Amino acid sequence: MTLTSLDPGILKASHPVPGAPNNWKRFFSFNTDAKVIGIQYIVTSLFFLLVGGLLAMIMRGELITPEADLVDRTVYNALYTMHGTIMLFLFMFPVLNGLNNLLIPCMIGAPDMAFPRLNAAAFWLVPVFGVILMASFLVPGGPAASGWWSYPPVSLQNPLGHLINGEALWITAVALSGVSSIMGAVNFVTTILRMRAPGMTFFRMPIFCWTALSAQTIQLIGLPALTGGAVMLLFDLVAGTSFYRPEGGGDPVLYQHFFWFYSHPAVYVIILPVFGIFSELFPVHARKPLFGYVFVAIASLVIVGLSLVVWVHHMFPSGVPQWMRDLFMVSTMLIAVPTGIKVFAWLGTLWGGKIQLNTPMLFSLGGLFNFVFAGVTGIMLATVPVDIHVNNTYFVVGHFHYVIYGAATMGVYAAIYHWFPKFTGHMYFEGLGKLHFLLTFVGTNLNFFPMHPLGLMGMPRRVSSYDPEFAFWNVIASLGGFLLGVSIIPFLLNLVSSWVWGPKAPANPWKAIGLEWLLPSPPPAENFEDNVPTVISGPYGYGTGKPLVEHQEAYERALQEA
Amino acid sequence: MTSSAPARFNPAAVAAVSAWVGLLVLLSHWLGQQAYRWLPVQASSAAPLVDDLFSLETAIACFVFVGVVSVMAYVLLFNRAEKYDMDDAAPVEGNTLLEIIWTVIPLVLVMAIAWTTIGVNREIGAIGPMDHSHGNTNEAMAGAPTAEIQVIARQWSWEFRYPDAAVSSTELHLPAGRRVGLQLESADVIHGFYVPAFRLKQQVIPGRSIAFFITPTREGRYRLRDSEYSGTWFAANQVDVVVQSENAYQDWLTRAATQPLRPGISDASREYAQQQSRLRSSGYPTVRPAPPPMVNVPGSNTLPHAG
Repeated sequence: MTLTSLDPGILKASHPVPGAPNNWKRFFSFNTDAKVIGIQYIVTSLFFLLVGGLLAMIMRGELITPEADLVDRTVYNALYTMHGTIMLFLFMFPVLNGLNNLLIPCMIGAPDMAFPRLNAAAFWLVPVFGVILMASFLVPGGPAASGWWSYPPVSLQNPLGHLINGEALWITAVALSGVSSIMGAVNFVTTILRMRAPGMTFFRMPIFCWTALSAQTIQLIGLPALTGGAVMLLFDLVAGTSFYRPEGGGDPVLYQHFFWFYSHPAVYVIILPVFGIFSELFPVHARKPLFGYVFVAIASLVIVGLSLVVWVHHMFPSGVPQWMRDLFMVSTMLIAVPTGIKVFAWLGTLWGGKIQLNTPMLFSLGGLFNFVFAGVTGIMLATVPVDIHVNNTYFVVGHFHYVIYGAATMGVYAAIYHWFPKFTGHMYFEGLGKLHFLLTFVGTNLNFFPMHPLGLMGMPRRVSSYDPEFAFWNVIASLGGFLLGVSIIPFLLNLVSSWVWGPKAPANPWKAIGLEWLLPSPPPAENFEDNVPTVISGPYGYGTGKPLVEHQEAYERALQEA
Repeated sequence: MTSSAPARFNPAAVAAVSAWVGLLVLLSHWLGQQAYRWLPVQASSAAPLVDDLFSLETAIACFVFVGVVSVMAYVLLFNRAEKYDMDDAAPVEGNTLLEIIWTVIPLVLVMAIAWTTIGVNREIGAIGPMDHSHGNTNEAMAGAPTAEIQVIARQWSWEFRYPDAAVSSTELHLPAGRRVGLQLESADVIHGFYVPAFRLKQQVIPGRSIAFFITPTREGRYRLRDSEYSGTWFAANQVDVVVQSENAYQDWLTRAATQPLRPGISDASREYAQQQSRLRSSGYPTVRPAPPPMVNVPGSNTLPHAG
């Protein structure tokens, strides 16, 4: 990474890493620069994506035949538990926090995050709890094997009786992840509320910032419930309490409430920033303003409110009374409305545009396709009688993998390609990017579509063996899973080779509108420093000819000269 | 949707969009009818109600999904930038009327689905399984005076007791054509009582005794699966449900009462024993399976089943 366009003034500014700020060692240090932390988050999360993906491919290898033959059942149970935990807590949340770190300060014209040291501490907790979680493979009892929900009483069963067991390490890791996320959330919310450039009112803020603000607000409200619930689970496991143990008067269903009060909104923590990515990318690559910006911005806040009152839809068969089922079905259905507003706004943005099918756009369109599919199956799952039939079957697994991989991860890929030139200073290779898209899109649908018929037929999730009538669709799903494994190869090849050999990126390769595109590629450590532009119009003025900031020509001229 | 795109209203476009929407409606109706084929046979009074709802939702889902994808396909075909054309498109920033339309229509649609479903819930509840309530049945598991059948889930076996007939079994026999009361209990962790052909599912929660009602409607042999992850042999914790005519059911009970007790079905115990004698490799340490329940009729879980 070269920083030839660096302003000499930055070298004078105090910097936490001794020597030149573009020293590669800064990526391995307690660096407080949000852009360094962003890349640390993303690279760490991609490592864990590989680990979680490898576990998934072993699972698909087991499931390619009906019998439990490739690995022992205990191993399979540990694999699926660790797969879910790693993908959520060590891939999805960190990669989104990486994007938050890169994008939020640049998009709002702030020099850095509000609390840079807190930011670095939040990141460095990720490898810490990552190591704790991985270490659980090495303890005598093996890793946690009770699913990423870790429902008691099954999660409290400790066959060897050791104090240090996989489940205890799992709970510790999840609690630390919660602490890290809360630290991050405090930072993102404060930064967005307090550090916007002059003139950047809330309704001139890019949608990505709206969605990040919404998502991080959910973290602040919901995570304490999960963390509290997890601490009680740990006490039940290692200290003999009976919060959830029925034989001691505890209630195992109470845990389900604590867990889902956070873990349902958590899916919005994941998908909201991806909505933000779609809302940024469609205008750029269709050369049109975002359709109905104000509606899209407000829809994010509506989703936050609703996301906090839908958690019981995960518990329809848990012994909840009928009135509660009806109530939570209605609240869940309502989420379709703000979500629909966003989908229609993206279609309105694409309509009549001048669409350029480069890699970020392909991933966004593919992500939208998958998201709409996940949305219609989501409505089915909200409906109580249908949910009772398919609850805890592969139908649900198919649904959420369409959301988490088909929409969210593809959105993340879109974002990585779109902003790669900005933060590395190099263009990626378009051919490899398109190959990555093709393999991902085909692999995703091949892997996750067959799960829907399987669930409708009645195949429970989390099984290490199954009846022979489910074999056909499982073979197809497994082939899709292996294809997804292959799809990572051009992606990593592209990232590494482009960063090293890629052509030098201009400041604004997409002719995009936004404060981050008024910075050099890569941006200097303190972004605009003392020269923060004053925002004078909304964020998506494509085709309107309206400048985004005062003296826009001067900023653009400075970039040309540099 | 296709029809709501902000186009100038020329007659050809209106006709084309109308024709396309008409085709979409036909396609959606057809797919809604196909939906029944993706589900197992209907073997309880709840099954047709669930399936009708699912069919309706499949049709709506098809209309929405294919509608959105049609718009995407249209713009990909006709709104692509020419090579080297880096100019912006016409700046349409929104349309308040459209925004209101596509807020109100989905709102009305999902509330209509919810309203319909609440009705279906009532109907299923009145004839079947949802009468249990929350938290007020915390008494000990000894006996189940009201229910005809006591269901005990264990790691990893299912035991069915018929107290009136003094029969126990590891194969659930049910009479067709009338409502049967079950009392669901767990000896250890949470299990899930799930019979796909009945479209019914209920968590079986330790410390509670949950009343559950089923009206089987079709004779045959079906699968009962554990649907809530319950540990190592969760996947192997499945047995069969045999729905019989009332007479055959009563005959079975009478004959079963004369059978001596012997170990029932527990695939987990069998695999565990194989592991202990090194006939089968093992992995991480596991909770020991509970011994197979002693029952009058073990039954079978290896015969062909209808769903």
